Amino acid sequence: MFSEQLAVTSLAGRATDALRPASEAVSELAAVAGATWRRSLKIRVVSSTVVLSSTVVLVLGMVLQAQLAQRLIENKTQAALLQADNSRILVESELGTVDPTSASLAGRLTTAVDRLTNPDPSGSAPTTAGAGTYEPVLVDGGGLSGEAGTGQKIGPLEDVPAVLRSAAERGALAHKIITVKRGPTMVTMLAVGMPVASAGRTMQLYLLFPLTAEQRTLTLVQSTLVVGGLVLLVLVAGIASLVTRQVVVPIRQAAEVAERFADGHLEERMPVVGEDDIARLGTSFNEMAASIQRQIRQLEEFGELQRGFTSDVSHELRTPLTTVRMAADLLYESRDQLHPVLHRPTELLVRELDRFEALLADLLEISRVDAGVAELHLETVDVRGTMARAVAAVRAVADRAGTPLEIDQPDDEVLAEIDPPRVERIVRNLLTNALDHGEGHPVRMTLAVDADAVAVLVRDHGVGLQPGQQELVFTRFWRGDPSRDRRTGGTGLGLSISLEDARLHGGWLQAWGAPGQGSAFRLTLPRSPNIKLTSSPLPLGPDDAAWNTQDVLVPDEAVSEEAAPNGAVPDGVVPESDEPDPVVRAGPGHQ
Amino acid sequence: MVRMAARVLVVEDDPAAAEMLSIALRQAGFETAVVSEGPKAMPAMRELKPDLVLLDLMLPGMSGIDVCKAIRAESGIPIVMLTAKSDTIDVVLGLESGADDYMIKPPKTQELVARLRARLRRIDAAPPEKLSIGDLTIDVPGHQVSRDGEQISLTPLEFDLLLALARKPRQVFTREVLLEQVWGYRHAADTRLVNVHVQRLRSKIERDPEHPEVVLTVRGVGYKAGIP
Repeated sequence: MFSEQLAVTSLAGRATDALRPASEAVSELAAVAGATWRRSLKIRVVSSTVVLSSTVVLVLGMVLQAQLAQRLIENKTQAALLQADNSRILVESELGTVDPTSASLAGRLTTAVDRLTNPDPSGSAPTTAGAGTYEPVLVDGGGLSGEAGTGQKIGPLEDVPAVLRSAAERGALAHKIITVKRGPTMVTMLAVGMPVASAGRTMQLYLLFPLTAEQRTLTLVQSTLVVGGLVLLVLVAGIASLVTRQVVVPIRQAAEVAERFADGHLEERMPVVGEDDIARLGTSFNEMAASIQRQIRQLEEFGELQRGFTSDVSHELRTPLTTVRMAADLLYESRDQLHPVLHRPTELLVRELDRFEALLADLLEISRVDAGVAELHLETVDVRGTMARAVAAVRAVADRAGTPLEIDQPDDEVLAEIDPPRVERIVRNLLTNALDHGEGHPVRMTLAVDADAVAVLVRDHGVGLQPGQQELVFTRFWRGDPSRDRRTGGTGLGLSISLEDARLHGGWLQAWGAPGQGSAFRLTLPRSPNIKLTSSPLPLGPDDAAWNTQDVLVPDEAVSEEAAPNGAVPDGVVPESDEPDPVVRAGPGHQ
Repeated sequence: MVRMAARVLVVEDDPAAAEMLSIALRQAGFETAVVSEGPKAMPAMRELKPDLVLLDLMLPGMSGIDVCKAIRAESGIPIVMLTAKSDTIDVVLGLESGADDYMIKPPKTQELVARLRARLRRIDAAPPEKLSIGDLTIDVPGHQVSRDGEQISLTPLEFDLLLALARKPRQVFTREVLLEQVWGYRHAADTRLVNVHVQRLRSKIERDPEHPEVVLTVRGVGYKAGIP
């Protein structure tokens, strides 16, 4: 078995050598195998079982074989010793009368050996004792008085090992297992040596028992063990596979059910059969699913209620507001007929009604977002047109405030799949915000585009943001400086809604600001809804030349992109930044 | 205009709002009649034969949508919806039920009047003119559209929309321009209005509305007329 393994190993070694130029393919294969190993519980269980079982089978087989071999040798030795004893008696009786000096010694020896190999036809001599055939060797060891032996010998004395001969010459009975050459093959034999007492001479008789039969038996047992072991391993692998299947199949089913559940199919349940552990898994899973479904239903109901409430509030408030609005409009139109004292109140009435309406609209929008019912209506449009509409909407405010509005946009059309009213609203909010806080300094709007995204940067040079404020700009109803004059009378919800609009698009809305240096808001939108934003075509920060001369760290494009690992940020949440101090970002990520 | 003042049927359940609407519309030179319940709208329409219906979307008895459908089943009279609900689904549902235009409550009086006037506008003293768009023929003074001599019935709004496109066959109209020319919007507004009406128009005039040949979409821009 070992030699087999060795052969396999060396074969594998050679194969590896041959494949070395294609080591990439090998490593690829290894990777695939590794992946399969990691992914398939079944393969892991089956291979572990097979490896462990083969170890057990191997050890058992080796012990069994060793035991068997030992027992066989023992039996053979016992039989051989018995046979040797019989042979000694026979030879002694044959040689007992030999004249020590007789020249016919050789002839007598031959006769004795012949008696051993060709037993007496009368059958009185016990030639065999279950020890099988043997080769006798008879040696004349010399006279008892110490004279040198004649060296006469019968049989293959050269095969008898020296240890045995010296033992026999000392007069002891000994045996040993040897391997001798017989013709072209090597034969393992059990050699037994003993002294033979004859008239005045010491002789030694050696019997060589071939162990061929025993070896055959052992080989048979070995091959039986190997075949049996292999069959057992295959069976074990099959059984392990079957058993694992019983466990793995329900687990895979459970995984599929869980995936479908996660995809929103809340009706999915695991089939529960019996009362075993798998069934318990199924029951627990189903209970969990039912509980989640219940809670989701509840949330949906709450959302539905909130939406209904929103809708009701909308209708209930808007109908009386219609009356008030139209009455106010009528009063305003005919204010010339009113007492001069009433002119200003009428103006205020109309203006505040505008604010009231805007606030109501924003409130409804934010509650719609909160209820999760806000939907995108995507259209492929030229973003420049959307920008132009937003600019047109705030142009009057800008003119009134005397704030120059600069627009920097590509000459080619900028197509993107967006919800135009929402994007227009975002940009309008950003512009309004910039005009509100720009202190009359120029407000610059930049539009840029790359393969994946469009970005709009609205930059003002007003009071900017105090440290810590940048975390608050997107907060509902937050106001930077309540004491400051407001030109547009924003609702305080504009930036919050804009952030939600950006998120709906899978885009980002990010703020930068520093005290005295103004602020910048950057909107980045994917050009189509299936693009995941990783970077923005525009840097966020004090990028304009006027501010480069200031003692401010200016992040260039690369720094900005590097410092904002935007790809890792989900759902348009504004990424944290570790840019130097003057550059801060703000967004819900900080809230 | 020598013509009699246009008559507007106001369908509104809130008495104060209905009264105020009447006052404002009369101030603007319209004649008004008020109906406060949905089921009464149809009989009043048959009886009074108004020039335009101003319809509140949420009405007791019968929803504004159903009233709108009922009116559309009988006539192409301009319908302007007045709705408290600004959700897209509500707006689109209203437009799809046949309204020509909609305004979210509360409307600014000027804006409302401008929209109503735009719906009531007639192509006055149009020269005898025959236009073609796609494989259609438009008889402008006769307000008729036909394909191979077979007449296609369009509402005045749909006719105006088709006419606007047909008059400048090579021009691509953005939704905003159409809103201005056809609906009388002075500021860019909700372009869903255009989308819904183009769909409605296509369902009437196209051989296969999925593959329009008369009113073509120009991706990213708007619409233009098909080649005659």
